Amino acid sequence: MGYLFTLPVIVSLAVFLIGPIFYAFFLSFQSFTFLNPEGAEFVGLDNYIQMFQDERFRRALLNTSIYSLGVVPVQVSIALMLALIVNSKIKGKTFFRVAYFLPTVTSTVAVSVMFLFLFKKDGLVNHFLALFGIPARSWFDDVTFALPSIMMMAVWSTVGQFMVIYLAGLQDIPDDLYEAAQIDGANRWQQFWHITLPMLKPTTFFIVVMSIIGTFQVFDQMYVISGGDGGPLDATLTVVLYLYNKAFKDFEMGYASAIAFFLFFVILILTLIQRKFFGEEMRM
Amino acid sequence: MLTQPLFYVIVIGYAVVTIGPFLWSVFTSFKMTPDINTLWVPLERLTLENYENIVLSDEYPFARWFWNSLLVAVIVTAGNVVFNSMAGYALARIPFPGRKALFLTILAVMMVPGQVILVPMYILLSNFGWINTYAGLTIPFLTQSFGIFLMRQFFLSIPRELEEAGFLDGLSRWGVFWRIVMPLAKPALAAQVIFMFLGNWNSFMWPNLLTTSEEMYTLPVGLNSLYGEYDAFWNHVLAGAMFMTVPMIIVFLIFQRHFIKGLATTGIK
Repeated sequence: MGYLFTLPVIVSLAVFLIGPIFYAFFLSFQSFTFLNPEGAEFVGLDNYIQMFQDERFRRALLNTSIYSLGVVPVQVSIALMLALIVNSKIKGKTFFRVAYFLPTVTSTVAVSVMFLFLFKKDGLVNHFLALFGIPARSWFDDVTFALPSIMMMAVWSTVGQFMVIYLAGLQDIPDDLYEAAQIDGANRWQQFWHITLPMLKPTTFFIVVMSIIGTFQVFDQMYVISGGDGGPLDATLTVVLYLYNKAFKDFEMGYASAIAFFLFFVILILTLIQRKFFGEEMRM
Repeated sequence: MLTQPLFYVIVIGYAVVTIGPFLWSVFTSFKMTPDINTLWVPLERLTLENYENIVLSDEYPFARWFWNSLLVAVIVTAGNVVFNSMAGYALARIPFPGRKALFLTILAVMMVPGQVILVPMYILLSNFGWINTYAGLTIPFLTQSFGIFLMRQFFLSIPRELEEAGFLDGLSRWGVFWRIVMPLAKPALAAQVIFMFLGNWNSFMWPNLLTTSEEMYTLPVGLNSLYGEYDAFWNHVLAGAMFMTVPMIIVFLIFQRHFIKGLATTGIK
């Protein structure tokens, strides 16, 4: 009976996930192009070695790291601040919760299109900055500002989701802790530093890891905004975008698979660290 | 913590930051082409033409893109809800040889990022002849490890006594699952429906890879091509973006309680 219930999942997992994972691993040791499958040849670790000598890959890795290091802390701090706000006794709490969560609901493609419009040379953002005497520029076409602009957009569109997880964490903190602190004469700041932050530590850890994993997989925004090539001058080239282009523009599918496994390795380490932390919940 | 006025400046200021881009895009989507870059135009210069143009366009099958997105999202969501629940139930409640191994496999593959299988999946689907077909857009995505895991955790919390009562009344395992267990799982199912649908409706990487002709594009893929080709007609492009965004915002506003609760629980687990 158990097999009957799990049959669709077993078939689907085997054909569309586990099979392909092993095949990808196999491909990562091959020089393989989809256009000429007979020409495939075993090259050992060459793809992996090539990866670290490939300047564009290193650039993609650097961009992705900058993106991650920039987005994660900002995202986590804003999410915490917003959660504290919508968890406090303010008027119109529901409205603000909905407003702050709204960008999370929207597709990355629609958001990217909207931001391309807002950030273009004669767009709203430049009109606003002109009030402070800041000269207009085409943000996403600028080598210096393209990546930071996308980072801002990423924070904007994903903070809501982490806010909600923080909100759940905040609501799990027992009220008596705050009551006891009040009796001891602790002010709001002291309560925040000595109760709220320490009690939120597991939530923060979870959010930081999820945020790093998410930022390392970034693709849609870069693809839409740069028109697929990671421009200007590779300024928005990320690991996944490079992988995608290597596989489906240059048809170097063996090499692309090696990049995919590099990404897998990074994410595996992050996930294992997280699982170790949250191990209890995963037990059978 | 903060002095009151400053507090409200931050609270309202950030709400403007989150809602502003939507409102500005909506406003622009009603503007006539010569007014696109004008900051403010009077009401009588706004028009519904961009919406008409985009839906009735001869140059690209916009209505078809919308339909494709809807169809694919509905099929994938339905598949996930049924199959993930069945598997989750078996993993939680039906003892069978290999159960533990299956569960551990599911946990293990949850760690693999989707990009790893990009290349092999493309090769596999082209061998099946599924590139640029609805089969290719739906069948590989009908189950999801994370959904299975979630359902299992939920089913573990349902009291066994309820199932036993069902067996005493002569229901089969299948009958107990559909008549007793599934109705109890409504909150978990609602969370899954919402996130599967949202995820699919917004999905870009796979449909972008798997569709090669304009008629098979989903809305995000179509929107991306539209922006590329019709660079200057921002009012059209933003009207197109509204078809992507507004249905989701409406669904979100109706179900926002479940949405936010669902995310909180799926996020923590």
